Amino acid sequence: MSAMFSQNPLMNGPNYSFNQAPATASGGNTEHSFYPYTDNGGSTLAISGNDFTIIAGDTRSTSGYSINSRYSPKVFKIGGTTSSQDDANLVLSVVGFAADGEALKERLDAIVKMYRYQHGKPMSVKACAQRLSTILYGKRFFPYYVTAILGGLDEEGKGAVYSYDPVGSYEREQCRAAGAAASLIMPFLDNQVNFKNQYIPGSGEGHALQERENIPLPKDEVEDLVKDAFDSAVERHIEVGDGLQMLIITKAGIEEKYLPLKKD
Amino acid sequence: MNHLPQAWGRPRDDVYGAYDSSYLQNGGPTQHTQRPIVTGTSVVALKFKDGVVIAADNLASYGSLARFTDVKRLRKFAETSVVGFGGDVSDMQYLDRLLNSLDIQEAYGSSGHTLNAQNLHTYLSKVLYKRRSDFNPLWNQLLVAGLDGESKPFLAAADLLGTTFSSPSLATGYGAHLAQPLLRNVAPDEEAASKLSLEQALEAVKESMKVLFYRDARSMDKYSIAVITKDGIDLKENEQLEKQSWAFADQIRGYGTQVN
Repeated sequence: MSAMFSQNPLMNGPNYSFNQAPATASGGNTEHSFYPYTDNGGSTLAISGNDFTIIAGDTRSTSGYSINSRYSPKVFKIGGTTSSQDDANLVLSVVGFAADGEALKERLDAIVKMYRYQHGKPMSVKACAQRLSTILYGKRFFPYYVTAILGGLDEEGKGAVYSYDPVGSYEREQCRAAGAAASLIMPFLDNQVNFKNQYIPGSGEGHALQERENIPLPKDEVEDLVKDAFDSAVERHIEVGDGLQMLIITKAGIEEKYLPLKKD
Repeated sequence: MNHLPQAWGRPRDDVYGAYDSSYLQNGGPTQHTQRPIVTGTSVVALKFKDGVVIAADNLASYGSLARFTDVKRLRKFAETSVVGFGGDVSDMQYLDRLLNSLDIQEAYGSSGHTLNAQNLHTYLSKVLYKRRSDFNPLWNQLLVAGLDGESKPFLAAADLLGTTFSSPSLATGYGAHLAQPLLRNVAPDEEAASKLSLEQALEAVKESMKVLFYRDARSMDKYSIAVITKDGIDLKENEQLEKQSWAFADQIRGYGTQVN
């Protein structure tokens, strides 16, 4: 380039005016101070029963110690034919980085809607669960920073809950708590839903003790468990509170319930 | 003499040697915004019975320097909505141009339908989320005020990460800490906000601006305030904070020249 301007062929050798100047803008890489994620707090919870699934989440949105909003839902109906989602049969909950959660929800919703349009039938939970995993894994190297839970009724009409990590690992489970207060709620669920550490009194000593028989819980009992779990989480976690949104999926459709939680 | 235009204004090669043009080239990676430079501080807004009140001061700071004192940070859109900008001013001006072109594009449509505040908020949050996903963020915190599809008061926030939320009252920056508690006192929930009169809402917002001026070092006493109702937008861009009381100032102890 510099040769273009030179009248003197002798001058095209090493030059004297700017030889101290660095060849590039700076030696190393510039430090990036922009971090594309944040944590908006909150917690979600899903429990499946014999013929129903309940997915719940608190409605508080936080950033740091501030409350952004007292009503910012993180449980969504997916794949209905209209924007009101009245005829949806799937529910997705997302907790973590709310903007990624919103983007993930909209992507999955569009895909499930397209599936219905192209196949003339609603998507099964099993198929949707696999698809959601693929979506999350597709952003393996710039993940959606969310813990997702998908719920619905399976082909036999039994309650189904699928839980995910941010990069798409998933598994079907009986129940799952996610988000800020997951570590507070999950042990409670292990004990109250799957009867972990519950033994039949006097059935033996030590390892001979017989475990309490695992039976599926009725819907009203599960609803009470969800309320108790969130009331307890609100008491001990500052990012959880304000309101509890519950979506109850049965073969009759999806029923939505909202209950106030402590706002402190 | 070199008569080629490329060489005009450059040091003479026969005297100084060939020009080292590598000095001009930025060989490093493409640079994206890493931090805001000229910034606006808080935006505060509150819903009331028939609309929304939104306010922001007219200051643009360069670090701790009060650099520009006549910057309008509330922007009208299509005579239906107002966007309040916090954060980087050059990114605000970019978004302003973007909204201008969107406004023109929409006005040419044959439907006669205009974008409402809810549509506008969705659009802006997607722009912001796309830019953060490209690691090239628009460094702003926005409040969008207006009416939704059912002509009910609408107020929502969006920021540089694409995070969105809605509430009866909202405030960005320092306002989230100082103004939001005052606004939540008058409108703790949607029901309370839907019973507020315009006068009550104006009073609460003006009081918030005053508190922000007392305690936010990057704020100013000249501000813009807008009221959005279904009758249109009433935007005032040269308001002065009234009835300040600095009586509390001599009660403050523990720093400054006096110690006790």
